[in-house]
Amino acid sequence: MEIAVLLKQVPATESLIEIADGGTTIKTDGINWVMNPYDELAVEEALQIRAADGGTVTVFSLGPEKAVEALRTALAMGADTAVRIDPQGKPMDGLSTAKVLAGELKKGAFDLIIAGHRAVDDDNFQVGPAVAELMGIPHISMVIRQEVTDGRIRCTRTIDGGTLVLETALPALITTQRGLNEPRYASLPGIMKAKKKPIDTRALSETGTDPGEPMVRTIAMRLPPQRKGGRIIEGDSATAKAEALVKALREEAKVI
Amino acid sequence: MSQAILAITEQLDGSFKNVSFEVISAGKKIAEKTGGPLIAGVMGAGIEAIAGQAAEYGADRILLADHEGLKDGLSDACIQAAAQLVAKSGPAVVLIGATSLGKDIAARLSARLDAPLAMDCVDVRVEGDQVVATRPMYGGKVLAEVSLSGTPAIVAIRPRAVEAVAAQGQGEVEKVDISLDGTTLSLVEKHMETGKIELTEADVVVTGGRGMGGDDFAVVEALAKVLGGAVGASRSAVDEGWRAVSDQVGQTGKVVAPNLYIACGVSGAIQHLAGMASSRVVVAVNKDPEAPIFSKCDFGIVGDLFDVVPAITAEIEKMKG
Ligand SMILES: Cc1cc2nc3c(=O)[nH]c(=O)nc-3n(C[C@H](O)[C@H](O)[C@H](O)COP(=O)(O)OP(=O)(O)OC[C@H]3O[C@@H](n4cnc5c(N)ncnc54)[C@H](O)[C@@H]3O)c2cc1C
Ligand SMILES: Nc1ncnc2c1ncn2[C@@H]1O[C@H](COP(=O)(O)O)[C@@H](O)[C@H]1O
Repeated sequence: MEIAVLLKQVPATESLIEIADGGTTIKTDGINWVMNPYDELAVEEALQIRAADGGTVTVFSLGPEKAVEALRTALAMGADTAVRIDPQGKPMDGLSTAKVLAGELKKGAFDLIIAGHRAVDDDNFQVGPAVAELMGIPHISMVIRQEVTDGRIRCTRTIDGGTLVLETALPALITTQRGLNEPRYASLPGIMKAKKKPIDTRALSETGTDPGEPMVRTIAMRLPPQRKGGRIIEGDSATAKAEALVKALREEAKVI
Repeated sequence: MSQAILAITEQLDGSFKNVSFEVISAGKKIAEKTGGPLIAGVMGAGIEAIAGQAAEYGADRILLADHEGLKDGLSDACIQAAAQLVAKSGPAVVLIGATSLGKDIAARLSARLDAPLAMDCVDVRVEGDQVVATRPMYGGKVLAEVSLSGTPAIVAIRPRAVEAVAAQGQGEVEKVDISLDGTTLSLVEKHMETGKIELTEADVVVTGGRGMGGDDFAVVEALAKVLGGAVGASRSAVDEGWRAVSDQVGQTGKVVAPNLYIACGVSGAIQHLAGMASSRVVVAVNKDPEAPIFSKCDFGIVGDLFDVVPAITAEIEKMKG
């Protein structure tokens, strides 16, 4: 099995997000950058498939120099090869990202491509299925279990209010959902080995893909209204407090 | 330029999901600006009987893709059908609910049509000749305004973000012959949790955190039940194996926006708050007066949830008589 994993470096979820001057991007200083948590699931799943069936795991990221850190993490976890596509400062939306990644993936012969269900920065929920569309292959989203046999993949995916078990032929793309696996931590020898592995860096201008101008642009950003400290409901007993709360919910907040 | 708005609806077992009416209402607002028409797209098998309901929210035309292959709501068949509804109606804007199925359709449609997509939006409008949408990013920590250039502009709308408003439309139902050639996904099994209210669609969400101390969520379930709401969980409760991943609220779980959110035994970590911050009223029950959740709620009760939550349930039952 030749497996490709798409991964992105994002701010850690505990980051406090502030808006930068200009109002269309976030402040990047002081942010702890990590591999997108859904992409960790993708790397882990790829490694488990390789362990069972053999083959190789190649990780791809379209991102600035700094994104090398996330690729190194994937190598330290056990991925075989890492490719970074340098956007050369060009602005990208979800679709242009998908175009560039699909262009590079087409140069290989991958049986399975694994992406995250979403990247927790842009929350586009887009790149995985868009890459599959551009490559003309099927995709299954939000996978919590998969099994590959005889050139076919069978996946359990979550949907609103339940799950589906679906099957399709390879090559295919799947996106990850929590519950798929528990990503491993990189071992110390893994980290040492990863430091020595070369990262195949490709400049956007050399890829042969012109993603064009992004069609979606951020024109403004604001922070959602913040709740102030709440009113603590006092009372002598649980019942007294409950009574006061229900009264407040009914008469003041009018929600019940 | 075309001014038509196509609102793609979603149904489950022969009834429209609520988000369908929200999406049509969002379309109505835009169609008033562009001059319309507002076209509703309905996809499924044997659903002719319900298609006309789209007119009750203002659809001028209803395009019906009725095909046996759309019975199970598989994403690739629905994408084929949606693409043909777009080809048939030539819209300036395509609106769709950002459900698990809607997100799949929107993402592939955008790539297929080389068209801009704004996912999981809480508002959409037309400014001049630009479509502008508001969408949460960073798990809800930021609200971004994005402009979409290119046709059609595809906007996926988060459930419960836009109000469904009744408005009579002409709503003639036109059947569209569609072909599902080239679909490859096959369904092996479908498992639906019956009688369960979907978290993202619920009016009331009662969440249990690590403070539940185990997988017995009876007190939280009882409160959700009297309020007609759904039960959520913090990631810790999910990681402990007490609840399913699909119950998780937060930055890496579901984003919910009910009228009333009641957090029980949840400390209020930033990743949890990101998933519930747009709830209208937030109540926290926690035994630790210093818990961060108390600074992000409207009403707080300090106490043991196993005493307080049943007392709230009893009080509501009393109120309802
Ligand atoms: C990458 C990443 C993504 C994450 N995504 C999410 C996410 O999507 N959603 C999410 O929720 N978290 C998420 N987290 C985890 C988050 O950081 C917190 O660890 C988690 O939310 C804590 O859950 P909790 O509040 O239930 O548990 P705790 O923080 O352990 O809090 C339990 C609370 O219960 C109270 N308590 C205990 N017993 C009682 C009692 N009998 N009565 C009343 N109160 C009681 C305690 O005082 C305490 O405040 C994520 C973390 C990471 C690293
Ligand atoms: N710049 C990128 N480089 C590589 N993979 C990406 C990139 N952006 C998104 N992806 C992949 O697409 C998934 C979904 O991202 P998104 O559509 O942005 O929410 C991520 O989890 C990654 O697997």
